[in-house]
Amino acid sequence: MSAPVSPIREPLVTGHKTYHQITEDLISPTEKTPSLAWVIGFIISAIFLGVFVFTVLWTIYQGIGTWNLNRTVGWGWDITNFVWWVGIGHAGTLISAILLIFRQKWRTGVNRAAEAMTIFAVICAGQFPLIHMGRIWMGFFIFPYPNTRGPLWPNFNSPLLWDVFAISTYFTVSLLFWYTGLVPDFATVRDRAKGIRKKIYNFLSFGWTGSAKHWQRWESLSLILAGLSTPLVLSVHTIVSFDFATSVIPGWHTTIFPPYFVAGAIFSGFAMVQTLMLVTRKVLHLEDYITIEHIESMNKVILLTGTIVGVAYITELFIAWYSGYIYEQFAFFNRVFGPYWWSYFGMMFCNVVSPQLYWKKSWRRNMILTFFLSIVINIGMWFERFVIIATTLARDYLPSSWSYYSPTWVEIGIFMGSLGLFFFCYLIFTRVAPVVAVAEIKAILKTSGDQYAGKNAVHAHSHDDEHSEVDAH
Amino acid sequence: MSDHKEVIYGLYNDETDLLKAVKTAKKDHMEIMDVYSPFPIHGLDPLLGLEESRLHIAGFVYGMIGTLTAFLGMSWIFTKNWPIIFGGKPYWSVPAFIPITFELTVLFAAIGMVVTFYIVCGLGPGVTNVYLDDRITDDKFCIAFDKSEVSEAEAKSFFEHTGASEVNIKTIN
Repeated sequence: MSAPVSPIREPLVTGHKTYHQITEDLISPTEKTPSLAWVIGFIISAIFLGVFVFTVLWTIYQGIGTWNLNRTVGWGWDITNFVWWVGIGHAGTLISAILLIFRQKWRTGVNRAAEAMTIFAVICAGQFPLIHMGRIWMGFFIFPYPNTRGPLWPNFNSPLLWDVFAISTYFTVSLLFWYTGLVPDFATVRDRAKGIRKKIYNFLSFGWTGSAKHWQRWESLSLILAGLSTPLVLSVHTIVSFDFATSVIPGWHTTIFPPYFVAGAIFSGFAMVQTLMLVTRKVLHLEDYITIEHIESMNKVILLTGTIVGVAYITELFIAWYSGYIYEQFAFFNRVFGPYWWSYFGMMFCNVVSPQLYWKKSWRRNMILTFFLSIVINIGMWFERFVIIATTLARDYLPSSWSYYSPTWVEIGIFMGSLGLFFFCYLIFTRVAPVVAVAEIKAILKTSGDQYAGKNAVHAHSHDDEHSEVDAH
Repeated sequence: MSDHKEVIYGLYNDETDLLKAVKTAKKDHMEIMDVYSPFPIHGLDPLLGLEESRLHIAGFVYGMIGTLTAFLGMSWIFTKNWPIIFGGKPYWSVPAFIPITFELTVLFAAIGMVVTFYIVCGLGPGVTNVYLDDRITDDKFCIAFDKSEVSEAEAKSFFEHTGASEVNIKTIN
């Protein structure tokens, strides 16, 4: 049993739930026929997914010439989208790993959905470097294996190859972590199901019985995976930032990139979690499990990381001026006041100004404002990557080769389509798996349920007695 | 589990009842076959005499294999198998190997531990175990005795005494 909870802690599970009610509330969305809202959302996502498939096939068939990249601007929307999606994919593992190590109980309400979101975001991210290769059928060249081409190995000194390893490791570890958490919950679904459904969930639950030894190993595994994922999640966006920071392009060649990218990634990831959670809790009626308390906690993380990102933007400008190096100074002057000034100011407004509203407690707890801001922040973070990538390239060393880049319909289609891919996966997930971790919610009920903790607690006293007895042993 | 085994088990409604019952069983020297619950119960492992899991040791070993694979592999490739000069840097440029070495350490440790976990628990895709009761994954907490170790009468009186809500017998093989 964990330690008694401070009375000033808000309860994390409301509605005086019993264990059975928790099972009922969290599993039943996978058993009922989908609601109209879900069906409409699914159809829209499927249409966007169709756009994705079409534009990607078009790119592969016609070649990268269907995009508006030119000799000066070699990275445009595609790499912007890649970095944006990877960034979004950071919140899930942060919530499940770092908050587990910090023993933040509020993570249990949102970790399952956030991890799922991470996996789908990384899937979306992975598409972009692959398409960007141009000849995607040569994609296997990125893997080091003994071959008949020399043997010709990939360049292990290249940040682009580090990225291959970082993203694929991140995807694999997140998937294992997520699925291992899901196994006991799939067993709960299995034990309520009948017929073919029972067979399917029996397969998915790996024969889970809930034996004491299994739970002990399961907890040990979760903790070690969390310990491994914590440096991993920080390394992934660090390595993504190396793609830029190890180059010699003014505006990219800066040591601030790794921490600044990681903070931005957590920032955008939490914004996406907010967008999804606010809709999910409403549509699936999970307000008792994803409470205002959860939303507020995440808004605090958004405020903190948004402010870190703001400090990073200003530091960049200061250092560019302070360096006394005219190319660096020009790169940043151009970033703010150049042809893409609108994206810089859009980024500044969305990422730095808008989260400052969260200093006010009642605004942190306002669902409509949170939903609106979560979308604003994600737009802002997309702008950030665009600002870094395209505006820096558009003004290179030779004024004669300066250019301006704007996307074609194919590039826009791939980006909009990737949103379709993401929501398509997420909507399927909400139908096949419990979106809140059932076993983990049950495990925190006695310390965080509103009948045990907080001002409306009714069992608090007797519960403390039980504690002393158990702990005394 | 090759031979037929008769299991007598009691279901409790709350984990605190179950913990008390496990303590009683320990005091009475009754051999508990297993305890099943919908979530991990803290404080149960020492009562059942379960030793701490050694998964983390396995994880460390897998991680070291990953570290060595990555680092020695890249070193061999870039100094012996096919040395190439990149930007005038030494063949054996150790700092550049660190990111991949780190990633493979994590990858090997994670995959190795998860696979080990499922193997030692006897779980995996396609495995079907005997599930004593469907409500164990919902809201019931179960103590199971092997009938060859603990007699039916003894078990029944134990369950009655410790406040189990239900007692059942099931044959498993």
